[in-house]
Amino acid sequence: MKYQLELKEVSKSFGPVQANDGISFAIKPGSVHALLGENGAGKSTLVKIIYGSLEPDEGSMKWYGEDFCPTNPFEAREKGVAMVFQHFSLFESLTVAENIVLGLDNVVLDDVIISKIEKYSKQYGLSINPHQVVGDLSVGARQRVEIVRCLMQNPKLLIMDEPTSVLTPKEVTDLFLTLRKLADNGCAILYISHKLEEVRQICKYATILRNGSLIKNCNPQEHTKDEIAEMMIGKKIIKLARENIKHGKEIFSINSLSSKSNNMFGVDLKDINLSVRQGSITGIAGVAGNGQDELMRILIGEDNAPASSLEFKGLDITRLTSHQRRQLSMFFVPEERLGHGAVPSMGLDENMLLSRPNSSKMTRNNIIDWKQVRNLTNNVVDTFNVMTPSVSAEAQSLSGGNLQKFMVGRELIQNPELLIIAQPTWGVDAGSANNIHQALIALADSGSSVLIISQDLDEILSLCEQVHVLYNGSLSDSVDMQKNGLEKISQLMLGGAIQ
Amino acid sequence: MIRLQTRTDSSTLMVFFSPLLALILTAFSTFVVFFLAGVDGFGAFYVLFIEPLTSLYSFSEMLVKAAPLIMIALGLSIGFRAGVWNIGAEGQYVIGAVAGSAVGLYFYEVEGFWLLPLMSLVAIIAGMSYAGIAAFLRTKYQVNEILVTLMLTYVAILFLSAMVHGPLRDPDGFNFPESRLFHDSATLPIIWQGTRVHIGLAVAVILAFVSYFWINKHITGLQIKISGNAPRAAKFAGFDENKTVWLSLLVSGGVAGLAGVFEATGPIGQLVPHLPSGYGFTAIIVAFLARLNPIGIIFSALLIALTYIGGESAQITYDLPNSITSIFQGMLLFYFLACDILIRYKFVFTFYQRQ
Repeated sequence: MKYQLELKEVSKSFGPVQANDGISFAIKPGSVHALLGENGAGKSTLVKIIYGSLEPDEGSMKWYGEDFCPTNPFEAREKGVAMVFQHFSLFESLTVAENIVLGLDNVVLDDVIISKIEKYSKQYGLSINPHQVVGDLSVGARQRVEIVRCLMQNPKLLIMDEPTSVLTPKEVTDLFLTLRKLADNGCAILYISHKLEEVRQICKYATILRNGSLIKNCNPQEHTKDEIAEMMIGKKIIKLARENIKHGKEIFSINSLSSKSNNMFGVDLKDINLSVRQGSITGIAGVAGNGQDELMRILIGEDNAPASSLEFKGLDITRLTSHQRRQLSMFFVPEERLGHGAVPSMGLDENMLLSRPNSSKMTRNNIIDWKQVRNLTNNVVDTFNVMTPSVSAEAQSLSGGNLQKFMVGRELIQNPELLIIAQPTWGVDAGSANNIHQALIALADSGSSVLIISQDLDEILSLCEQVHVLYNGSLSDSVDMQKNGLEKISQLMLGGAIQ
Repeated sequence: MIRLQTRTDSSTLMVFFSPLLALILTAFSTFVVFFLAGVDGFGAFYVLFIEPLTSLYSFSEMLVKAAPLIMIALGLSIGFRAGVWNIGAEGQYVIGAVAGSAVGLYFYEVEGFWLLPLMSLVAIIAGMSYAGIAAFLRTKYQVNEILVTLMLTYVAILFLSAMVHGPLRDPDGFNFPESRLFHDSATLPIIWQGTRVHIGLAVAVILAFVSYFWINKHITGLQIKISGNAPRAAKFAGFDENKTVWLSLLVSGGVAGLAGVFEATGPIGQLVPHLPSGYGFTAIIVAFLARLNPIGIIFSALLIALTYIGGESAQITYDLPNSITSIFQGMLLFYFLACDILIRYKFVFTFYQRQ
C-alpha cells in the first residue's frame, strides 16, 4: 500500500550533535501516529525536516509514493502538510477570522472565508466564533483557532506538537473527538507528546526516539505505559510516593489578596486565601492564563501586594524584595526559564547569583566570592545531573530540561523552608521530571513546605496533599480528594462554582 | 553556500583575533579610500598611524586626548551594559567644565591645595545632576533617556556660550568670549614635563581598574549586567530597575563632568566656547570598540586618539579634509562590530547537493 509519508534513513546533525540518526518510519493515510521521545530525542528536528524548515543531511522522504524534499514550509504546505505549534502564533488584538487569514497563503478576508471557517468548525466540533478577538479566548479556544487555520489548507498530514499540555480534561476529550473525525476523513495525524496515557488512547502507531536514534516502531496499545516510558528514557521509572507526611504549623499564608493586573490581557486576582503548613506539598491547579503569572509575580516580590496580604513565618513580607524574602528562606522557581529565572546570555555561574541569600556565602558585603559561586554551581550541576559542558556555559546553550534541573537545583541547594515553584516539569523529559518530583518530595519529607503552581493535573495529583484550583483570578478552597476529587477539580478548572 | 552557524561556546581565539582582523580590514579600506582620492596610500597610512607614534610630541598629544576619552567611555560603558543609553555625555562634560571652572574663577588668585579637589567635586556633582534630569524623567515618566540626554547636550553647549559671553568672561580679555586663564592652584598638574600630559590621565587609568573591579567583583556590576540582558531576571533577583537607571546615569554623568573640568583646567587652561570637541560622542565609539571592557577602553581610547592626531597630520601633509578622522572612526567601529560576530558564530561552507 501507499503511505502518506515515508521516511527512510533520515539523518541530521548540528556540528558535533547528531540530532537524527538514520530514522525510518511510515505514516498510513488516515491514521493517528505518535512520535514519542524525551526532550532532545530529536522529535523537533524530525518535524522541522518534514515541515521543510530544515533539510536532512542524508536519507529521503516519500509523499504518497513520490519523492518529497520540501526546502521551505511553503512547499510543504502546498503538498498538504499542516502544523499546530506548541506555542501558538496568534495576534491577540486581532479577531479569529483575521488571524486565520493571516496564516494562509493567497487569500483575503471575505464572507466566503468566514463561511468556510464556520463550516469547518461545525464539521469537526471546533466551536469558535470568527468575529471574536483572540485576546479574549481561552487557551483551548486558541488551539481550536490554530486547528481550523490548518484545516483551511485541506491538509493530508496534520502535525500536532504537544497539543494537550495546556488543556483541561474536558478539552482534551473534545480534541480527541476532533482528531478521530479528521482521521476518519483521511487526514493523517502526527501526534507529538510525552503524555503516554493519551497516546495509548488515541494512537495505533507510535515511533519512539531516544538520543536521535530510532528505538522502535510499535503499536502503543500493545504495551503498558511503563514499558513505553522505559523505551523513551532507557531506564526504569521510580514510582512516586510520600512516605512520611508530617504536617507542622502554618508557615506561609496568603490573606485576602486582591490585585489589579497592569497588563491589558492580564487577570485581576480576587480575594485569594491560602495556608501552607510545614512539611506539606500544596498544589494550585488551573488552566494557564487564569492568574498564575500574576500570582507568581506577587509571591516572588516583583509586583506589589497590599499590606499584610502575605505572611511568612509570622512576618508581613509584602514590602520585601525577592532578595530579602530569600534571606528568610523563601525560594522561587518561575515558569519562564530564559529571561526570567535565568539570563540567557550569561553563564550558569553568573546565573547562580540571581538567588544569593547571605547564607550561601556567595557574596560578602556585596563583594562576589567567585570561588564559592563556582563551587556551588558545580555542586548543583553534579547533584542534579545537569548536562553542561562547563559551569560557565551560557544558560541559553542548555536544553530546556537541563536548565530546569539547574534552576530547581539552584534553589534546592539553599535548603528552602518554603519553595514556590511554577510548572516544575514544563517541557522536561520524563526521566528528569521524575528526578525533580523526587527532589520535591524529599524536601517536603525533611519538613520544608512546597507550593506548586502547575497546569499539569497529573503532576499536582501525584504530589500534593492539598489541592486548590485557580480560575479567573479566584482561588478555590482546598479540594477534598476523598470525595470525587478529580471531578470537582475538572469543574473548578472550567469555572464551576467555588465552594 | 556559506552559512553562519552559532558556536556552542564563545570562541576565545576570536575574542583576540577579531579586533586584529578589524584593524586589517580598516587598513585595507583606508588604502581604497586614499586610492580613490588620488593619494599615495602607503604614505598617507604612515602619516596617519605610524608617524604620531614616532615623535614624542605627537605621542604625548595622543595621551592628552586619550584621557577624557577613557574617562567618559568608562562611565558610558556602565550604562550601556545596563541598557541605559546616555548619548549626551558631551553635555554633562560641558556642564561639569562650566561648574568646576566657575569655582576656580570664583577663587581666582586664591592659592590652596584644596581648590582643584573642590573644583573636581563640583564638576562631578554638576555632571551627575545634569544626567540626573534624564534619570528622573525616565524613572518617573518613562521618558526615553536617549532623547533627553541628547537634547540636553545642545542646551549645555548654549549655556557654556552664554557663560563665556557673560558672567565668566575675562574682564581684561578685550571682550573675547573666553574666561580668565586659570591661576596655578586651579591648573591641573603636569605629570610629564615638557608636554601637556596631565594628572587626568593617571586618574583615568586608575578609574579603569576601579571600574574593572567594580564590574567583576561587586554585586552592583552583576546587577547592571543582568538589567541590561534580561530585565525580568533582574526583578527576579531582587534588583530595582529604577536604581539601575539612576546609577547608570549618575555614574556616567559624574565621570563626564570630571573629564570636562580636567580638559578646561588642563590642556586648555581656561573656559572657551570650543571646549565641546565631540569627546562625549566619540567616547561612545571608544566604549563599544572595547566591548565595554574597562581595561580594553584604555587601549581603544588610545587608538581613537591616534586617529585624531594622525588625521590632523594627514590634513597638513596630504591636504585631506577634516572629515578623514570621522571616516576612520566610523570604519573602525563598523569593522569591529562586524568582526565580533565571529566570536559567537562561525562560517560554515557547505557543498551539499540535493538529490
